[in-house]
Amino acid sequence: MADHKTNKDQRYDRQLRLWGDHGQEALENAHVCLVNAAASGTEILKNLVLPGIGAFTIVDGHRVSGEDVGNNFFLSSDSVGKNRAQATTELLQELNTDVSGNFVEENPDRLLDNDPEFFHRFSLVIAVQLEESTCLRLGSVLWNAAVPFLVCRTYGLVGYMRLVVREHTVVESHPDNALEDLRLDQPFPELTNHITSYDLDNMEKKDHSHTPWVIIVAKYLQKWCREHDFQLPRNYKEKEAFRQLLREGIRKNENGTPEEEENFDEAIKNVNTALNPSKVCVSVEDLFNAEQCENITSQSPAFWVMVRAVRDFVQAEGRGSLPVRGTIPDMIADSDKFISLQNVYRERALQDAAAVSRHVESHLQAVGKVCIWGTLHMWNAAFLRVVHCRALVEEYGVDTVHKDEITSCMDNPDSEMVLYLMLRSVDCFYQQHSRYPGVYNYQVEDDIVRLKLCVHSLLQEYGLTVNVKDDYVHEFCRYGAAEPHTVAAFMGGAAAQEAIKLITHQFVPFNNTFIYNAMAQTSATFQL
Amino acid sequence: MADGEEPMALDVGSSGDWDGRWRHVQKFLERSGPFTHPDFEPSEETLQFLLETCKILVIGAGGLGCELLKNLALSGFRHIHVVDMDTIDVSNLNRQFLFRSKDVGHPKAEVAADFINSRVPGCHVVPHFKKIQEFDESFYRQFHIIVCGLDSIIARRWMNGMLLSLLVYDDGVLDPSSIIPLIDGGTEGFKGNARVILPGMTACIDCTLELYPPQINFPMCTIASMPRLPEHCIEYARILQWPKENTSIPSLLVLMCLPLYGVALDGDNPEHIHWVFQKSLERAAEFNIIGVTYRLTQGVVKRIIPAVASTNAVIAGTVPSRENTALFAYVPLNNYLVFNDVDGLYTYTFEAERKENCSACSQVPQKLQFPPSAKLQEVLEYLTENASLQMKSPAITATLEGKNKTLYLQTVASIEEKTRPNLCKTLKELGLADGQELAVADVTTPQTVLFKLNFTS
Repeated sequence: MADHKTNKDQRYDRQLRLWGDHGQEALENAHVCLVNAAASGTEILKNLVLPGIGAFTIVDGHRVSGEDVGNNFFLSSDSVGKNRAQATTELLQELNTDVSGNFVEENPDRLLDNDPEFFHRFSLVIAVQLEESTCLRLGSVLWNAAVPFLVCRTYGLVGYMRLVVREHTVVESHPDNALEDLRLDQPFPELTNHITSYDLDNMEKKDHSHTPWVIIVAKYLQKWCREHDFQLPRNYKEKEAFRQLLREGIRKNENGTPEEEENFDEAIKNVNTALNPSKVCVSVEDLFNAEQCENITSQSPAFWVMVRAVRDFVQAEGRGSLPVRGTIPDMIADSDKFISLQNVYRERALQDAAAVSRHVESHLQAVGKVCIWGTLHMWNAAFLRVVHCRALVEEYGVDTVHKDEITSCMDNPDSEMVLYLMLRSVDCFYQQHSRYPGVYNYQVEDDIVRLKLCVHSLLQEYGLTVNVKDDYVHEFCRYGAAEPHTVAAFMGGAAAQEAIKLITHQFVPFNNTFIYNAMAQTSATFQL
Repeated sequence: MADGEEPMALDVGSSGDWDGRWRHVQKFLERSGPFTHPDFEPSEETLQFLLETCKILVIGAGGLGCELLKNLALSGFRHIHVVDMDTIDVSNLNRQFLFRSKDVGHPKAEVAADFINSRVPGCHVVPHFKKIQEFDESFYRQFHIIVCGLDSIIARRWMNGMLLSLLVYDDGVLDPSSIIPLIDGGTEGFKGNARVILPGMTACIDCTLELYPPQINFPMCTIASMPRLPEHCIEYARILQWPKENTSIPSLLVLMCLPLYGVALDGDNPEHIHWVFQKSLERAAEFNIIGVTYRLTQGVVKRIIPAVASTNAVIAGTVPSRENTALFAYVPLNNYLVFNDVDGLYTYTFEAERKENCSACSQVPQKLQFPPSAKLQEVLEYLTENASLQMKSPAITATLEGKNKTLYLQTVASIEEKTRPNLCKTLKELGLADGQELAVADVTTPQTVLFKLNFTS
């Protein structure tokens, strides 16, 4: 047992460093459904099976064709004629014995007719290369059951992804460039006391040069405030003057030349960082103002109870500020000074987290629930996020379509938005002709005319006054609904990572439409 | 594509192909389109070229390499060579999908080739369980395109230098048939990049050396006497304590980073890591530092870069499109693509520009400017620390009194010992003259780089 765990730790080591053991646990408890085992789909699953997703189920009624084997790595030459769900499950399952692979030899339309609740059991449903009508039906079922839905498509040299989820909460967004939380503009009492304990002017030279820059800036800010009516440096001119003040603080030797004091250099370099106002960021303010935060009931998800508790904290113990983060960046200092400074922040963070916990408990008690907080210490209030992705029926509705977004993007007629409009148009074509345009060579020329009509009727239906260049109509007929493997592979990677974000509630998913242009190697995200 | 069809018998023709096999690819090779390259002509022969003639070299059979091999094989490329000097490790299995637990310890190139050859009939991947440096021009010259999925900047630069050395100039004009395009990809966590290099024509690896962030090395005084982070404690155990307890060489020489004798620390040996972990804990306890874990220890000692399957899939997916050749015949916007999916998905492309005085691809002679009183040590430091050169262990030779003399060479212990005293001598003492040419060899390039020595006052 222990050996297996060590082996798993080794196997998954490189990814555990990204989403941690708790992220991995979430992944291993997830069950994902793939509708259609086309190449795009099996590539997505490959990227979920390899990192150890708990289970997958493939729903596909198709029989494997020679064409399928040509672009799908998870089919072999003796798969032809077999059910595609079954054939691909075998080769995907073999990638990782920790994962449980299942298949249903059924057309999704049939399942939606006979047993729509089949889909309720999944953590996430992913559909690839699915016709529009079935996609909308499935989207509706999943929306009502609050199951996240990821639509993915490879159409010639265009990749498409659409995320449909009522509400997705992100506990750890892991932002790339988060600002430090140093509270130098409004130091908490323990920090002030710690700063006071330093007497810069009377320190030994070695201590002076190894005092953390945070202390130095704090000390000089105190000096500045006394001389500037308790106003912190506000603009560039004042910050420059403050930097000069710091410069003057550098010890000089007998000849009056400034000594080498790297910690002061750091202080001067970090003035902007130090003066970042310690206020609640907009994304968290939005969370506080949300209806789900205001009304905590016994049905409230843990995320919203947490947000409410943080809001309560901000209004009470926090005095307008979030709980202290507790981490500080490395800086030039001797070990003792650095560690004791770090501990001041750390201990305050623990205190604040305890206060938030108490708010959580009181809310849970008020609605008659028991508190099960294992991982409270891991989240960071400033990094909480929530994402809402509209239902498909709203995207497709004539009254609810995001006309402005589409029209303004199309100010540039070569924007990726035109590729979206073309995908919608080929779907119209499919509705009318029960096939996609240009699949066979002899069809290409006539289909260009037919597809152009579809484009016009689509634009008219939605009242979109945009220009779709003929070149794109021609290009989409050229594609003949092909699914080149390299584009499928790209989308497989992109979609799989979004799926992992949804399952682990870490990192922020896209909202809500992603288009990849493999011709120009560009991409764009739209909210439709 | 429709269901309810009769199961087809797979009629494998004499070419090993079956009906419809290449249908997805053919639409791009045999149909014209409004966005293709002006020189592109649709033809049934292009597919034949891919299948029968085109020869591709993939360097690296790891995270990117496995994805590349699969993508190329399913795009019609049949003559593929793959080079990788590594064997398979358990930690590879989360993304290097051509390998299984039973393959641990076996050469990556060989296992990868076997897998592809059996899964994709007709594809003939030839493995080479070797270092790239073990091949010469005659090997590399046979390929139409070279694709790199390497994890080392040094290796990339070497490859870059090799392809530059293949270029043929007729009366100062570059012969285009001597150009072998190099496509280079890299990933790290949720970030990746892919670039196209046409040696002699577009920016090479060395032209944009600053794009590669320098490795984080903590200052020695922090590690030795003022640790603050758990990483400092680990580096203390690795750099200072291990050599002390595992070799007989005095620690002074350790600090000079000279080659050692004795048991080297092996990041893949769990016992070694465990030793470093314990020592790091002790060090951390001394200074009240928290956060030393086994995982962190391993990460610091092995310089581990986090990795997942999805990022490798994305970057490898861009590569065949970046080839500018038969495959899709489009002209990508720019030669350098960047990808990041930490927050949503983000791609960005730009045109990397050639550097006028690039030490690798420009024909501009490199200069070294030093006073005659400068010590050879200073020249060595310049070669390694200068941002545009970033050499690793340069070997410096000069022609003195008509003979080729090695001034300093690090990579062979006996020669290092013999030439070490030269480091403390001045350029004048070594007999070097103003305008003298120095030849410098280094792992970052297969060819010697010539420098001209200019004495400053």
